Amino acid sequence: MSSIAVKKGFGAILWEYLTTVDHKKIAHLYLMGGGFFFLVGGLEALLIRIQLLKPQNTFLSEQTFNEMFTMHGTTMIFLAAMPLLFAFMNAVVPLQIGARDVAFPFLNSLGFWLFFFGGVFLNLSWIFGSVPDAGWTSYATLSLASPGHGIDFYTLGLQISGFGTLISGINFLVTIINMRAPGMTFMRMPLFTWTTFIASTLILFAFPPLTVGIFFLMFDRLFGANFFDVAMGGNAVIWEHVFWIFGHPEVYILVLPAFGIFSEIIPTFSRKRLFGYSSMVFATVLIGFLGFMVWAHHMFTTGLGNVANAIFAVATMAIAVPTGIKIFNWLLTMWGGSIKISVPMLWSLGFIPTFVMGGVTGVMQGIAPLDYQLHDTYFIVAHFHYVILGGVVFAILAGLHFYWPKMWGTMLSEKIGYFTFVFFFIGFHLTFFIQHFLGLFGMPRRVATYLPGQGLELGNLISSIGAFMMAVGAISLVYNIIITVVKNKKVGNDPWGDGRTIEWAIPSPPPFYNFKQTPLVRGLDTYWIEKTEGKKELTPAEPLSDIHMPNNSFVPVVISFGLFVAAFGAMYNPLNQVGDGKSWALPMLIIGLLITFGSMLFRSIKDDHGYHIHKEDLMDDEGGESK
Amino acid sequence: MNVEGKFTPQTWPDSPEKQTLEGKNKFLGFWLFLGGETVLFATLFATYLALKEKGSSITTEELFSMPLVFAMTMLLLSSSLTSVYAIYHMKNYNFKLMQAWFLLTVFLGFGFLCLEIYEFYHYVHGEHFTYSSSAFSSAYYTLVGTHGAHVTFGLLWFIALLVRNAKRGLNLYNAPKYYVASLYWHFIDVVWVFIFTVVYLMGMVG
Repeated sequence: MSSIAVKKGFGAILWEYLTTVDHKKIAHLYLMGGGFFFLVGGLEALLIRIQLLKPQNTFLSEQTFNEMFTMHGTTMIFLAAMPLLFAFMNAVVPLQIGARDVAFPFLNSLGFWLFFFGGVFLNLSWIFGSVPDAGWTSYATLSLASPGHGIDFYTLGLQISGFGTLISGINFLVTIINMRAPGMTFMRMPLFTWTTFIASTLILFAFPPLTVGIFFLMFDRLFGANFFDVAMGGNAVIWEHVFWIFGHPEVYILVLPAFGIFSEIIPTFSRKRLFGYSSMVFATVLIGFLGFMVWAHHMFTTGLGNVANAIFAVATMAIAVPTGIKIFNWLLTMWGGSIKISVPMLWSLGFIPTFVMGGVTGVMQGIAPLDYQLHDTYFIVAHFHYVILGGVVFAILAGLHFYWPKMWGTMLSEKIGYFTFVFFFIGFHLTFFIQHFLGLFGMPRRVATYLPGQGLELGNLISSIGAFMMAVGAISLVYNIIITVVKNKKVGNDPWGDGRTIEWAIPSPPPFYNFKQTPLVRGLDTYWIEKTEGKKELTPAEPLSDIHMPNNSFVPVVISFGLFVAAFGAMYNPLNQVGDGKSWALPMLIIGLLITFGSMLFRSIKDDHGYHIHKEDLMDDEGGESK
Repeated sequence: MNVEGKFTPQTWPDSPEKQTLEGKNKFLGFWLFLGGETVLFATLFATYLALKEKGSSITTEELFSMPLVFAMTMLLLSSSLTSVYAIYHMKNYNFKLMQAWFLLTVFLGFGFLCLEIYEFYHYVHGEHFTYSSSAFSSAYYTLVGTHGAHVTFGLLWFIALLVRNAKRGLNLYNAPKYYVASLYWHFIDVVWVFIFTVVYLMGMVG
């Protein structure tokens, strides 16, 4: 039986995606799920900017405005940026290290479905009419006082999707440690694999505190606990600490893979190996380490005292050093290279100055006394959009164009790509550059409106116009994707022509088993080495033999769905703070947990040995088509 | 190596839990998971210390009873020892003795759990120290209760393994499963050592 595909019906494709454990298909799922939430979050941003278009606008009520910026931040961080990065990690990392799949294909699928059901649960708050409204940081002082179930959607939804993230993090760590092809030593790993590795380590140590913090908040609101209730001896500052012990590493969980993507694109289009590879690795590890030492710089104004502030200020500024190393390495990679401009390269070129600006304002805020002036103003908003949008989103857009052929086998239009870049890039700077000054003029963040005659009108108008330009850019990208899918013009193994790493040596998209023979890695930029020796293929490390593959499974969807059901039960339990407990809630909570743990038990006791693709079938298969 | 193949004590490999790629991945992945669990418990401990005796009229010295906690500690520590014996027999391909020692582990763990339930019941009904009484009570029950939930999960895990494999004996497919379950059990034990020290001992003298 050959794996060459016959045309499948819609139902079969849907079932395939619901049960798949193939990292390439899971990458598609992450891309579609994350892309959807990115558009939702973008729409929320537009509504915020319409409200702030002119002074004393009444487009959104104060309550709706609070809900809008809360959901914008939460959606963009947890449901858009992270899943989109996971899409590229899934699509690329196993290929870059010469592996046939991730270490735990089943858990990979479970990670996606937990994210998906968590995200859906959070966004169901719009339909249920009470939406989280305490900011994405959800400080306990605000969130305990929030009426309705909004905050409960936040805690339960993030709890579910957080489990998924933790599972995915462990999965990538084990994959990178255990599954590398022969010859792929740690210091030959491509930078995107390295940054995924470090980001996964951060996930492993940063997400458990979030789990605990959210657990506290959830139990305070739903089950009568008193962690943050000062009248009962609680302490609201604990939330701030726990949240930022997670929250600051989270920033690096996002930006390190983004750095990785740029570190792949810049050498490819400079046609020159990455400058300072070892120092890049060192800088990545150091950023990951320091990322855990700086959480209290988000809390300078909380009043921890001068000594604590000073220590955290110094640690914060220290992070600028490894980041600076990276910036210079990218510049020196391009120096003397034979640069070819393409859409991914253009995003990388746009990223460097943009991110430097975001970094500089970051160091400014690291100066604790100055932070007292800047805290909770639009200066902060400008800063983190420069690093998150200018760093992470630019990387996602660059990576989307760069890896699209490897993920789908077609090429996004370059022409429309340039259009997207021009509108999005100019729109971005128009929106956020002026916000530095709005902040310095004293405009507070998270306030629904402002008064006329205080010098804030023009800046806000410019900012809103920029937001619409970004929207035009985003729409052109969607259009680009649609026409590319409709045209469906297939490309070869190495569509950019200058691919350096293993993934570009195999078909686009790769066959479902990735490699007929595991490749032998003879140095950094494996495929480039083969190319310089005039070869078109990788050197195999093993004779052609049977390949062991995992079976598809529907169980991950069921496990995640169980938690989704249980979350409703928990929310309406009779002890909840809102006071609208329902009699069906506890049974529902129990049923949901039974579904989850029951399907885990089913998975445990039912043997799953996978199957083998036989050597003869591999020889028949020309390898162009995935199952 | 064939995962379902039959072995004899002579052909059974060293470190059977790491003979297959799946086994190696499980071994490493589980250690990493325990790293994450460590951070989770560290956060709970920090919160407990921050909220100790806050908002509560009852002090830790009045609340805790050392003989009970000592008995619980002895039960859990010896259950860790019995699981070591079980893994020793697993490595020697002695399936029956492995099952027997794991069964004893389950009994000891169950004894611990019963005493913990009795302890909580006594606090709630005897001392009126409920989950919602104060910030201290919330932090106490969350820390110790999270550990108790881990014990419960570990017991169910052991039982599922013992029942599922009762008829078929050891092979390279289930050896890693037994191994990581015993790792989990040791981890729970280590956490209890910290709970015993930080919550109970420091509660009596601190």
